[in-house]
Amino acid sequence: MNTVAIDTAPAEPRKFLCLEEAHPHNGTLLGFWLYLMSDCFIFASLFACNAVLGTSYAGGPTGHDVFDLPGLAVNTALLLISSVTFGFAMLEMARQRKRAVLVWLAVSGLLAAAFVGLEIHEFVTMIAAGAGPDRSAFLSSFFALVGTHGLHVSVGILWLIVLMFQLGKHGFTEANRRRLFCLSMFWHFLDLVWIGVFSYVYLVGVLR
Amino acid sequence: MPDRPAIWNFLLGRLSLSSLPLDNTILVWTFVVVALGGAALLATITYYRKWGYLWHEWFTSVDHKRLGVMYMVLGTVMLLRGFADAIMMRSQQAVAFGSNMGYLPPHHYDQIFTAHGAIMIFFVAMPYIAGFMNFVMPLQIGARDVAFPFLNNFSFWLTVAGVVLFMTSLFIGDFSHAGWLGMPPVSELKQSPGPGVDYYIWGLQLSGLGTLLTGINFVVTVVKMRAPGMTLMKMPMFSWTTLCTSGLIVVTFPILTATLFLLSLDRYLGTHFFTNGFGGNVMMYVNLIWVWGHPEVYILILPMFGLYSEIVPTFSGKRLFGYSSMVYATASIMILSYLVWLHHFFTMGSGADVNSFFALTTMLISIPTGAKIFNWLFTMYRGRVRFDVPMLWTMGFLFTFTIGGMTGVMLSVAPADFLLHNSLFLVAHFHNVIIGGVVFGVFAGINYWFPKAFGFRLDEFWGKMSFWFWQIGFWVAFGPLYVLGLMGVTRRLSHFTDPSLQIWFIIAAFGAFLILLGILSFVMQIYVSIRRRDQLAVGNDPWGGRTLEWSTSSPPPPYNFAFIPMVHERDAWTDMKKHGYQRPLEGFNAIHMPKNTGTGVVLAALGTVFGFAMVWYIWWLAVVSFVALIAVAIVHTFNYDRDGHISAEEVSQFEHTGNWEPKAQGATA
Amino acid sequence: MSHPSPSVHDHGTSHDAGHDTMHAGHGSLRSYLTGFVLAAVLTIIPFWLVMGHVIASPQTTILIVLGLAAVQIVVHMIYFLHLDTKSENGWNMLAFMFTLVLVVIVLGASVWVMYNENANMMPMSPQYIHHKQGA
Repeated sequence: MNTVAIDTAPAEPRKFLCLEEAHPHNGTLLGFWLYLMSDCFIFASLFACNAVLGTSYAGGPTGHDVFDLPGLAVNTALLLISSVTFGFAMLEMARQRKRAVLVWLAVSGLLAAAFVGLEIHEFVTMIAAGAGPDRSAFLSSFFALVGTHGLHVSVGILWLIVLMFQLGKHGFTEANRRRLFCLSMFWHFLDLVWIGVFSYVYLVGVLR
Repeated sequence: MPDRPAIWNFLLGRLSLSSLPLDNTILVWTFVVVALGGAALLATITYYRKWGYLWHEWFTSVDHKRLGVMYMVLGTVMLLRGFADAIMMRSQQAVAFGSNMGYLPPHHYDQIFTAHGAIMIFFVAMPYIAGFMNFVMPLQIGARDVAFPFLNNFSFWLTVAGVVLFMTSLFIGDFSHAGWLGMPPVSELKQSPGPGVDYYIWGLQLSGLGTLLTGINFVVTVVKMRAPGMTLMKMPMFSWTTLCTSGLIVVTFPILTATLFLLSLDRYLGTHFFTNGFGGNVMMYVNLIWVWGHPEVYILILPMFGLYSEIVPTFSGKRLFGYSSMVYATASIMILSYLVWLHHFFTMGSGADVNSFFALTTMLISIPTGAKIFNWLFTMYRGRVRFDVPMLWTMGFLFTFTIGGMTGVMLSVAPADFLLHNSLFLVAHFHNVIIGGVVFGVFAGINYWFPKAFGFRLDEFWGKMSFWFWQIGFWVAFGPLYVLGLMGVTRRLSHFTDPSLQIWFIIAAFGAFLILLGILSFVMQIYVSIRRRDQLAVGNDPWGGRTLEWSTSSPPPPYNFAFIPMVHERDAWTDMKKHGYQRPLEGFNAIHMPKNTGTGVVLAALGTVFGFAMVWYIWWLAVVSFVALIAVAIVHTFNYDRDGHISAEEVSQFEHTGNWEPKAQGATA
Repeated sequence: MSHPSPSVHDHGTSHDAGHDTMHAGHGSLRSYLTGFVLAAVLTIIPFWLVMGHVIASPQTTILIVLGLAAVQIVVHMIYFLHLDTKSENGWNMLAFMFTLVLVVIVLGASVWVMYNENANMMPMSPQYIHHKQGA
């Protein structure tokens, strides 16, 4: 049966078919990485807008007037810590400890929820003070960039909750491990984008 | 909001009876024709009881070949729509001189040129290239499917969702009149309070998401699923260009998404990104949209370059000349395409140093492109060139595209661009490269791969008719526009006062009618070929192909290859034929394939409803459809039953009954 | 047939690769904690510089803050996202470098282009006045 697939030329026999069933490898992690790369460009566009429009105050408040740096420090700390606690969840997954994974995931989710909560509070305070997104191009670009990041974090929290259900129900299946890896990349990626946000939008924003 | 009880405004947003364009006779008649045609189509499907077949075998299919065919059908349908817009514009401009205002009022004419541009790029060219990449690339790399089959189905339906929103705008409300890129301030709420720009935004957001997912999907497919032995430098050229185009999609479409998102923030939440007041900056939109827009044209042309690189060697009976230089040219175009966007707005005033930089990068990009042209010519040199229909289109491309490229280099000279910017010269130039490059490539590709997809060749006579009508029609239609552009006539005008220009527009309109004959010949070609499919039947390898898609039957079985091929050289199928490869007829294994799913259709339908609700400010419906969208997506993640098997007996059945005409097989090895 | 150029490496064709990609990304307790400490330090410094008005010149402060942000992004990439040249046979790194180059182009060229557009075309804007005074 194998002979039909083998070349009959005398010099150098060539095999043209894999007669055993191949196992294609899963591309989800690479695909998700590419998605993150594409997301970089969403943020790059928003950062570019902030860079260009960041001083277009239109007579309204400047970054110096509206940014609350101590609050920002708390928010930054929350996100950084949640990045690390998510890392702990991944370490526990390597040890196949479901309970510990769920606990660390919950901790990460709560920290992120606190982050989103503080951000909403910041937005509401600013809008109430007349510094809403429709006040000036500077504020439009601020709300769009920080809001898009916050939206990503919120989606991450929703995903985390769904995944905790999946893990609780089906345990560390191949699919669930893969999903947790993707979410972990997403989580760290958002923390990475936040470095740009707090450095450029806020810290540089109060200086320029 | 219309003046009526509040409950209606809550339920219907700003949608009302007056949103229907009943005062526009052209649209009313269009609607009648579309409604009758649509009803006849639905009735026919129902009469022949084909709904179940369509749903189970096509709409829910995750098979890349089926999705590829559906993309091609979608592209063709939208080509007819986009061309209808074109011929309306050409005939308007041919008659609207002096006291004659033509038959299209300006606000309607503006919508037509906007729709024409947007549809031709997003819903003709993009579906066509997605169709080719879907159908051909997995077969060429010896894979059974793409990396994410469900996502592939979802991407297709997202594209359809965009089409549905665009087409809905014909009959409910109106369409954007802000040009195919929706330039502010015209696209801002103050200048365009109607639903047109919102249709444009949401249609593009939905289809753009689909395109992005396709891009990710195909990069992973090429990276992960190549047959054993197929190193990157042994990969067929079309698969290479698929990889590069998909890579470009991943890094550019998010910018389109972000830019349109900011425009919609301006329109929905009153922000000031691109407004005229409060620090907004219109020029930033122009900048961002072209950061996406220029790579986009390379997204369109690169797969076509790949396609010509398959056709030329096949019909010359030689391997591709300068394969490595083709690869490097493609890769360098991929980077360079990201460095030229400012040439679309030299005249906006960025000054001499910025303009010089972007003029130089633009000229630079013609070098790798020129290298490719020479590679094709050298491939043909001393080959036994057969002028079948795919090769005819390729010759037409070489001739037409080269001239289009040269007028492009003229435009890249920034000082010259100050004279030619937004003139009909520009219009002639980009049609010259897009029709000469992409459309000719589409027809070349359809003629080339149709036998693979359906097991019979396309009729030669009508194929040649189509080619000559298109080729001559193109020059008759766009030659005059070059002349007019050099005389300083600007684009997007619905009426002219200088009677001496009219003759040129009449010639151009005549050319458009020749192109119409070309399109009708194509439709005729398909019809005649289906009627004569028994005489036109072919085996697995009708052209003496060189790559792996010709090694499997026509049409290929659902699993593509009973055994995954093992690759030793470039042009793997030529290599197999040279070594006297015999395909096995026994010893088959069961094959693992993903199951079909309707989730993609459901998600895209919800997305369409969401888009429609946002266009008409029906907030409750927007919230409901959005929540439903998320819910269905989450429920889908709980579905663990996604795989099926094709048993060894079924595989054996396919392998024995498939279309493998012995005389075609290996005939030109 | 000509041989493949040595400069294009073959990634991902072998069927044995890829199964262990999920093990590559774990990291260790040590790497997470190292990353955390570095990130914390790199966060505290810019906050201190800006909130404490340590340096008189805002330009210098801005440059330092942006420099530290760049360093911290690299720290996150290595210690949290575990980006290295081996994951996915190098494709992750390739995709990242490609993205990085293009993001730099988008940001840098947009700012460059828009600065010039504003200077030339928005005569009432502060940039214009600045430009005129500088000239």
